[in-house]
Amino acid sequence: MSWFKRVKEGITTATKDKKATPEGLWHKCSRCKKVLAAADHINNSWVCPSCNYHTKIGSDEYFHILFENDYEELFSNIKPTDPLSFVDTKSYADRLVDTQKKTGLDDAMKVAVGQLSEQQKLVVACMDFNFIGGSMGSVMGEKISRAIDYGREHKLPVMIISKSGGARMMEAAFSLMQMAKTSAKLALLAKEGIPYISYITDPTTGGVTASFAMLGDFNIAEPEALIGFAGPRVIKETIGKDLPKGFQSSEFLLEHGFVDFILNRTEAKAKLTQLLDLLANRKLNLHTEEKEAPKSE
Amino acid sequence: MAFDFEKPITEIQEQIENARKIAEKGKVDMTAAIAELETKLEQTRHQVYENLNGWQRVQMSRHPERPYSLDYIENITQGFIEQHGDRNVKDDKAIIGGFASIDGQTVMVIGQQKGRNTKMRQYRNFGMPNPEGYRKALRLMKLAEKFNIPIITLIDTPGASPGLEAEERGQGEAIAKNLLEMAVLTVPVICVIIGEGASGGALGIGIGDKVLMLENTWYSVISPESCSSILWRSWDFKEKAAECLKLTANDMLENKLIDGIVKEPLGGAHTNPNQMYETLKSVLLKNLAELKKLPSDKLIEKRIEKFSAMGAYTEA
Repeated sequence: MSWFKRVKEGITTATKDKKATPEGLWHKCSRCKKVLAAADHINNSWVCPSCNYHTKIGSDEYFHILFENDYEELFSNIKPTDPLSFVDTKSYADRLVDTQKKTGLDDAMKVAVGQLSEQQKLVVACMDFNFIGGSMGSVMGEKISRAIDYGREHKLPVMIISKSGGARMMEAAFSLMQMAKTSAKLALLAKEGIPYISYITDPTTGGVTASFAMLGDFNIAEPEALIGFAGPRVIKETIGKDLPKGFQSSEFLLEHGFVDFILNRTEAKAKLTQLLDLLANRKLNLHTEEKEAPKSE
Repeated sequence: MAFDFEKPITEIQEQIENARKIAEKGKVDMTAAIAELETKLEQTRHQVYENLNGWQRVQMSRHPERPYSLDYIENITQGFIEQHGDRNVKDDKAIIGGFASIDGQTVMVIGQQKGRNTKMRQYRNFGMPNPEGYRKALRLMKLAEKFNIPIITLIDTPGASPGLEAEERGQGEAIAKNLLEMAVLTVPVICVIIGEGASGGALGIGIGDKVLMLENTWYSVISPESCSSILWRSWDFKEKAAECLKLTANDMLENKLIDGIVKEPLGGAHTNPNQMYETLKSVLLKNLAELKKLPSDKLIEKRIEKFSAMGAYTEA
């Protein structure tokens, strides 16, 4: 005989009495599984307060985190096309339309300009990973190129937030040349002494790593992001061995000297303000409420 | 060795061979038959080699007897002095470089180098550079700039090396730095794809005032095999991938992503290397003469303008 016996049979609550939880009221961390109010999660820059897991977010969320109030989106009239009539398991033209419908985005990048702080205006070009893996096609290259031109014209620092699998295969060599194009533009920005910040998030690989993501005056990474040139699967297949733990993480890159520092997203706005204040030779305003850094193990 | 698509040619060659054998044995006069076959052979060769598709060009670019960077250097230039090392970690054998003289003018030649046999292929890491290779290349380019000497790069790589050490030492950063620095070099830069032009590994020494492709080479963001494996989740679609990627010299020129095509001898560079060296030499000299006329600020401006114009998008 079992030690537990169900007294009542089945669910007795009538459907009309069922209490539904409104969608999006709670957020469950996809890593530590702890639950918290969705509003608190957003207020914490979409970072889990328990385990510091940085949920993948898009350009609108980053703009919301970084800018004071309003910001202006730039170059939103630039849209993708299918120059090579590329067809794999699906035609690229269809893929673009489907992804645009699904995500409400035109392509994998948005550019905006706004106030990072009261005194500091900033141009931010940010990727959207849910648009074909944040892959870099002609639109991304052109938007970055124009964001840099905008920075040069208005003497404003430029920040690129990377989150991308690399080049967009469906644009083949057009995609490859965006690496050349963006890097050449950064050379012009550098000549004019305007700061360029590369803000690297999870994941950033391939052609994005091998161009502008690694060219920052400041290469800054969110914690525990995957950052590399070759993807881990390719390397694993090449060397025929498992990869060491933490290989190609932000911390690995910090250790090997390729990022300046690791930055919690919750502190991004304050730290970037501080950084640009230092560069502009401005008096620092450090008494902003410093959030306690989440405890790590 | 012959590729599948060369079969119509080898068949006629065999027929000619047989006809000659019969003629040698005496009895029959085969002169007319042989002459006819030879005409047919010439026609077939034109037909085959002038209509190669993407995948066939990829195969040609990898022909084991194709001239490599050092072959071009030896046969086009004099007095090459190879320099080694990135002055940081080590010397990368997949990239070679140094000053040399071409028709009396000093140039800096930098190229990716493949090996001819198993041992040398390993020694050269199959032409896949590590970060040190890109950093050595940049060091040599800066040296050329210092002495106001033009730069020629020879591109032939299946890609930058994917490995633990390459990542540890910043493969991405090394390539990225070259893209930025090459864009603003004050001396003329001519880049020639002599074999395989695979992705960032090729681009890492590929920013030039003139980017040229030999006729039977390919240049794209990924190899057809890897593209097939990622997009079709199988290695079997490499031919289809090669078509889709539009990676031939003709495609690249049509899309305004390169500046010119260098003609190869009929049948490929390996069938008549001396002719190939002659052709490339005259193309290089012509381009050098043209580029040397431009002041360095104009050179840089035009170079950056060219790459900035690359891309396909709509503007509503």
